[in-house]
Amino acid sequence: MSTYAKKKGFGATLWDFLTTVDHKKIAILYLITGGLFFVVGGLEAMFIRIQLAVPNNDFVSAGLYNEIITMHGTTMIFLAAMPLVFALMNAVMPLQIGARDVAFPFLNSLGFWLFFFGGTFLNLSWFMGGAPDAGWTSYASLALQSEGHGIDFYVLGLQISGLGTLIGGINFLVTIINMRTPGMTYMRMPLFTWSTFVVSALILFAFPPLTVGLTLMMFDRMFGANFFVTAAGGNTIIWEHLFWIFGHPEVYILILPAFGVFSELFATFSRKRLFGYSSMVFATVLIGFLGFMVWAHHMFTVGLGPIANAIFAVATMAIAVPTGIKIFNWIFTMWGGKVRFTTPMLYAVAFIPSFTMGGVTGIMNAAAPADYQYHDSYFVVAHFHYVIVGGVVLGLLAGITFYWPKMFGTMLNETLGKITFWFFLIGFHLTFFIQHFLGLLGMPRRVFTYQKDLGWETSNMISTVGAFLMAVGVLVMVYNIIITSIKNEKVGNDPWGDGRTLEWAISSPPPFYNFKQLPLVRGLDPYWIEKMEGKTEMTPAEPLGDIHMPNGSFLPVTISFGLFVAAFGALFHMDDKAWSIPVIIIGLLITFGSMLIRSVKDDHGFHIHKEDLMDNTDKGGKS
Amino acid sequence: MHAEEKFTDATWPASPEKATLEGKNKYLGFWLFLGGETVLFASLFATYLALKDKVPDDNMALAKDLFELPLTFIATMLLLTSSLTSVYAMYHMKNRDFKKMQSWLLVTVLLGAAFLGLEVYEFNHYVHEFGHTFTSSAFGSSFYTLVGFHGGHVAFGLMWIISLMVRNAKRGLNLYNAPKFYLASLYWHFIDVVWVFIFTVVYLMGMVG
Repeated sequence: MSTYAKKKGFGATLWDFLTTVDHKKIAILYLITGGLFFVVGGLEAMFIRIQLAVPNNDFVSAGLYNEIITMHGTTMIFLAAMPLVFALMNAVMPLQIGARDVAFPFLNSLGFWLFFFGGTFLNLSWFMGGAPDAGWTSYASLALQSEGHGIDFYVLGLQISGLGTLIGGINFLVTIINMRTPGMTYMRMPLFTWSTFVVSALILFAFPPLTVGLTLMMFDRMFGANFFVTAAGGNTIIWEHLFWIFGHPEVYILILPAFGVFSELFATFSRKRLFGYSSMVFATVLIGFLGFMVWAHHMFTVGLGPIANAIFAVATMAIAVPTGIKIFNWIFTMWGGKVRFTTPMLYAVAFIPSFTMGGVTGIMNAAAPADYQYHDSYFVVAHFHYVIVGGVVLGLLAGITFYWPKMFGTMLNETLGKITFWFFLIGFHLTFFIQHFLGLLGMPRRVFTYQKDLGWETSNMISTVGAFLMAVGVLVMVYNIIITSIKNEKVGNDPWGDGRTLEWAISSPPPFYNFKQLPLVRGLDPYWIEKMEGKTEMTPAEPLGDIHMPNGSFLPVTISFGLFVAAFGALFHMDDKAWSIPVIIIGLLITFGSMLIRSVKDDHGFHIHKEDLMDNTDKGGKS
Repeated sequence: MHAEEKFTDATWPASPEKATLEGKNKYLGFWLFLGGETVLFASLFATYLALKDKVPDDNMALAKDLFELPLTFIATMLLLTSSLTSVYAMYHMKNRDFKKMQSWLLVTVLLGAAFLGLEVYEFNHYVHEFGHTFTSSAFGSSFYTLVGFHGGHVAFGLMWIISLMVRNAKRGLNLYNAPKFYLASLYWHFIDVVWVFIFTVVYLMGMVG
C-alpha cells in the first residue's frame, strides 16, 4: 500500500484538495464552489424580489439595483450553473465510460482553479468600489459609460474563468473519444455522457468568441482602443454579435447536461431502457448544431433587417423539433414502466411540463414581429427563467440528489428531499408564471421600481412570495446535506437499486483508480445487462495489472493565481497607478513561470502495483 | 508502449507522437484546441472586416495608404519557409535523428524571429509615418489586435520551441518528449495558416481598397 498511503488531518486534506488531479475530488471542489456561488446568486435574487415586492420601494437604490441584477445573472450563469454542471460531468462521465480518469488530469485541476480565481475576482468587486452594473450581457454602449471598476471586474473575471471552462471542454472531448473501456462504442454511451460530449464541443466553439469580445472590451476600457466607440469609427453591435454567438450556445451548454441527467433518471426509475435511444442521441447533436445558428434572435429589435430576422426566427423554431423528440421519448420511457417516485424522479417528472412551458414561450419570442412586443419586458424574464430554472436548476437538483451517494457514499434524506422539491417547484411557478402577465401588461425588465396603480402590485407581491418559497426549499436542502454528512451512513455501490450504467457497478465513492480491471461492455446499460443475467459484477476486459496514475500538482493553483494578480494590475491601469504595470508583470511571471516549471520538470506519474491491488478486498468493478 | 521505454532506431515507432496513450490524448486535444483557436481568429477577422477603414477623420490613413507589398511579401515568405523547415524537423523526429531535428528547429526559430522583427519594424513604421496607432481609430484598434494577436502567437511559439530545444538538448528523443515536439510544430503550422489568411484578407484585399 506504500504507493498510495493516505495522510490524515485537516492540513493534509486541504493540501490534498489543493493539489488533487483526481476527477472525483475536482467534482467535489466544483460542487462546493458552485454551491456557494449559487447561494450568493440566490441572495441577490431575493434582494431583487424584496425591492420589487411593493411599488416605489427604496430597499435598494437604483444604482445598487443595477449591480444586483447584473451580478445575479452573471453569477448564476457563469459561477453557479456552469460549475455545478461541471461537477456532475467530472463525477459521473469518466465512470460511465469505464475510464480510470480524464485524459488530462492536470488540466482538469487547472480548469477548476482558473474558474475559482476568476469567480473570486469577479465577486471581489462588491468590496472594491462596486460591482458591474450593465446587465449580464454588458452591452458595450452601457458598459463603456459605466463608471468605477465594475465592468473591469466583469471583463477580467469572466476572461479567467472562461479559460478554465474551455480547458475543461477540450479535456472532456478527448476523454470521451480516447478513454472508453472495451466495448463502450459511441452508440452504447449513456445519454449523460453523450450530452457531456456535445456540450464540450459547444464550449470549444462558443467560448473563443466570448474571449475575443471580452478582450476587445478590455482594450477599450483599459488601453484606449476604439472598438465600440462610435465617435472614433467603432461599432457597438460587434459586442452584441460576439456576446450572443457565445451566449446562445451557452444556454444549450447548460440545458443539455440537464437533459442528460433526466434521460438517466427516466430510464432508471421507470426500470426501462430509454425509449428511442438513437433518436435521443440524434436530437442532442442536432440541438447542439442548431444552437449556433440562432444567436441573432436575441437581437431582433437591433434593426438587422427583415431577412436576417426571418432566417434567425425560422432557425430558432427549428430547435423545437429535436427538443420535442426528447420530450416525447421521456414520456414514452415512463409509459408502461414501473415508475418509482424518488426525489430525483419527482424533479424529472416536474421538469417536463415546466420546461415545455418555457419552450412554448420560446417559440412565441422566436416570432420576430411579436418579439417587438415582448422584448425587454417581464415576459422575457419569465421565459428564460422557465427554461433555466425549470430546466437547468431542476436538472442540477435532481442530478445532485441522484449522484450524491456516488460522490460521497451517503444518501440524502428522501423525506427532506421531497419537502425541498415541493417548496422549490411551487415557489418557482408562483414566482415566474405571473411574470408572463406582468410583461404583457407592460412592465419592463431591469427597472428598479414602479409606480402605484399600474396594475402590477398584486402580481409582484405574489412573485416575491414565490421567491421566498424557493429559498425555503434551498434551506431545507442545505439542512439535509448537513445532517446527512453528520450521520455519515455509508451505502453500497447501487443505492437506488436500479442503476443501469457502469458508475453503479463500483463502490460509492469509487476507489481513486475507479476500476481495478476495466469492465467489458456488452451493450447499452451494461450494468443492467449483467444484473439481468444474474451476475453481480462486470466481466473484466483485462487481466489484473499495474495501474498507471498521474501525480498531484500545486501548479494549477499558482498558474491561476498569477492571472488573478495580473488582473488587478490591468484593472488599476485605468487609474494611472504607478504600480499597475509591475503588478501585471509579476502576475504574468507567476503564471508563465509555473507553466515553464510544468514543461521543464518531467512528470511520469506513478504505478499502483498489482500486488497492492490483490490484497485489497474492495475490488473495483465488483458488485 | 510507455513513455520511459528505451528504443533503438529499429524499434522506434513510426508515429512516436501517438505511440503512448498520453501522446494520443495530447495529439487529439491539441487538434481540438486549434479548432477553438480557429474560432478565435475568425472572430478577430470578422471584427477587423467590420471596422476596416473606419476612422473618425477623413485625413487619416486607410488600408490602401498603409500597406506595401514588398515588406509583407518578404514576411510571408519567411513564415512559409519556417513552416517547411519545421516539417523537416518532424521528418527527422520520426527517423529518430535528434541532431538534425534540432538543427531544423533552429532554422525554424531563426526564420520566425526574422518575421517578428519585420512585424515590429512594420508597426513602428505605421505609427511614426502615418500616425496609425492602436488608439487613433477603430480601424487602428482592430488592425493591431488581429495582426498583434497573430504576432503574439508567433512569439509564444518561438518561446515554446526554444524551451523544448534547450530542455531536451542533452537527452535526445523519447516517447515522452516526441509528442511535445510534434505539438509545437502543429502549432507553428497553425500560425502559418492564420498568416496566409491575414496576408490575403488584410494586406492583399487592403491594397486593392
